[in-house]
Amino acid sequence: MGGRLDDDHGVARSSRINRGLRPKSGRALPFQSLLWRRPWLRSAALLTPPLGWFVLVYLASLALLLVTAFWAINVFTTNIVQVWNLDNFQVIVSDPTYRLIIGRTLILAVLVTVTDAILAFPFAYFMARVASRTTQTMLFAAVLLPLWASYLARVYAWILILNHDGVLNSTLRSIGLPAANIGYTNVAMWLVFSYIWLPFMIVPIYGALERLPDSLLEAAADLGATRWRSLRDIVLPLTLPGVVAGSIFTFSLTLGDYITPTLIGGAGSSFLGNVIFNNIGIANNLPFAAALATVPIAIMAVYLFAAGKLGAFQAL
Amino acid sequence: MRSIEGRPGRRRLGSLVAAGMLSLAVTACGSTNTPSGPTLQQPPTANMKPQTSIGAGENALNLIDWPGYVDRTWTAPSVASFEQQSGCKVTVHDAQSSDEMVTLMANGGGGQWDMVSASGDADLRLIYGGDVKPMNPALIPDYQNFDDYFKNPPYNTINGIHYGISLQWGPNTLLYNKAKFANPPTSWSVLYDPANSGLVTVYDYPIQIADAALYLSKKSPNLKITDPYELTQTQFNAVVSLLMQQRPLIKKYWAGASDEISLFENGDAMVGNAWPYQTNQLISDGKVQVADTIPQEGATGWGDTWMLATNAKHPNCAYMWEKWVSTPQVQAEQALSFGETPVNKMACGVMESLQAGSCKQYHADASAAYFQQIKFWKTPIATCPDGTNNCVTYDKWVAAWTTITA
Repeated sequence: MGGRLDDDHGVARSSRINRGLRPKSGRALPFQSLLWRRPWLRSAALLTPPLGWFVLVYLASLALLLVTAFWAINVFTTNIVQVWNLDNFQVIVSDPTYRLIIGRTLILAVLVTVTDAILAFPFAYFMARVASRTTQTMLFAAVLLPLWASYLARVYAWILILNHDGVLNSTLRSIGLPAANIGYTNVAMWLVFSYIWLPFMIVPIYGALERLPDSLLEAAADLGATRWRSLRDIVLPLTLPGVVAGSIFTFSLTLGDYITPTLIGGAGSSFLGNVIFNNIGIANNLPFAAALATVPIAIMAVYLFAAGKLGAFQAL
Repeated sequence: MRSIEGRPGRRRLGSLVAAGMLSLAVTACGSTNTPSGPTLQQPPTANMKPQTSIGAGENALNLIDWPGYVDRTWTAPSVASFEQQSGCKVTVHDAQSSDEMVTLMANGGGGQWDMVSASGDADLRLIYGGDVKPMNPALIPDYQNFDDYFKNPPYNTINGIHYGISLQWGPNTLLYNKAKFANPPTSWSVLYDPANSGLVTVYDYPIQIADAALYLSKKSPNLKITDPYELTQTQFNAVVSLLMQQRPLIKKYWAGASDEISLFENGDAMVGNAWPYQTNQLISDGKVQVADTIPQEGATGWGDTWMLATNAKHPNCAYMWEKWVSTPQVQAEQALSFGETPVNKMACGVMESLQAGSCKQYHADASAAYFQQIKFWKTPIATCPDGTNNCVTYDKWVAAWTTITA
């Protein structure tokens, strides 16, 4: 980011110099010369369509959603009544049901993130710094391959593994161990989420490890540092932004999911997303669903702020 | 037959209704003696006189249906043969939920749609929303052959005015694994018995509260529950507390038919509530031995109705369609392809000829006493059986269900 900023200054400076050398003849087309004389016009033309799209479609819809959270519905018609009130938020704060569900969603998102970081780091390290070029390519393909298959197919595959008569239990029984009845539990959700989002953690860590200059490790070795010492004092601090970048994906994807809880979870596995879905799909209570939707937005805002402090956006 | 995958949503009660209607949400616990509530008001279209004859067709018919309700694979007779005879070209929009149906009808008020095959939980909303208008059963010859209950069911007939013609119905049954239950269960109590901890599955939908209310109405007569959809706050609290006790016994709340089928086939669930579709599918798969029953307390059920849009542009084609889907042949064919029960009693013989034993299997030959056992889905509203407005509205049901399953 810092580098890019410098480039911009460089361009600005050189364009000022260029303006002084402006040719007096009118050889260039009027439009081109206009762009050449007013460099900001070029940036404006380039940025307006995507920015307009972003503001209109993304920010405006988000703002509308947030505004809706302060309205109510008429329980007879379920039409939205535009009366400003905080009732929706009060219910979320005061009803233990919602605290329970928010807590469950949050804890699982953290668990999945930590699990994926622990699993992804050695894998990414091997890919980036140990494996040969060919192995590296093959591993990269292997990491990304599951993303080509449907999310639903991958989740259903886990149902077949974890259920009562599934692959896991029959394997355990065949070697004389008692069955592990983890199908349709929160443990099952933790396993499946960790599996599904793992590639999103591996890729940013791999990127961070690949950018790690060999010279630093060589210098550490020359100065007598053990492998553990250089891992702790050089590799980990320099790749932390990559881990945090990956955690943004695993954390936010888990936080917003509602399909895996529906399919894999048992009794007592509702996520925030399930409650939001039910309030729109069943109760037609858009204002309450909107109020609930502000919870993950607030959590992610805090998370992204912290991640930014840790330099995650440079690692993306 | 996989069309059933779309079906789970159907029972989504949507929004229901509203709800309840009336603002009662806030005053539900208060006691106003003024009776109000939708059942006592006239629907907006109540005074529209239905047509008394079927004129020339308008060459087109736009339907909103449950997936599988207008099935181009039907052969005897086929939808194409209807189009040929009537000249009405049928276009269909498959809706995935009652909610979607209500939204489509409300937003298509300009006449985009002619008919909708709505379920009991959506009917009141459509009727009181003014989206559908009265129909004339005299124009449907097969109406005379309908089982009496389905000529005037409370979910589509209000004050004697028919806002649609009944189509098919089905009960919510008790499904069990025969190996686990050597003695067939006869009571819903098996779903609340700690002995079955971790083996129970029930439908993940707020209307499930009515199943528990039905059970309590027999088990705890002192609660005086007469209608499982109309509960006072005291009755409602008792039902919710029963469901809270049931919660630790639940392996998983099933969200769709395929969910429950795999729970049974994989040995995760041994007993639960179900639609006849799941039973049929499990029996035909043959992986586990299952059976279903309507326990002694009775059961809840759903009833579907073809309703006519208030601004339908092709009303004559709509009546021709209604005549056609009410015939025994089409009724039988739809019942077998979908796994539900026709309202036309004459369909029984056709079902037998298509698939021996199916008439009895789907209860198409059921007696009037059988229907007394079935409490058909309707929207919980504020008006209680005694006419007061103290009953718990549907939005409270949704909130309670969230708490129970959280």
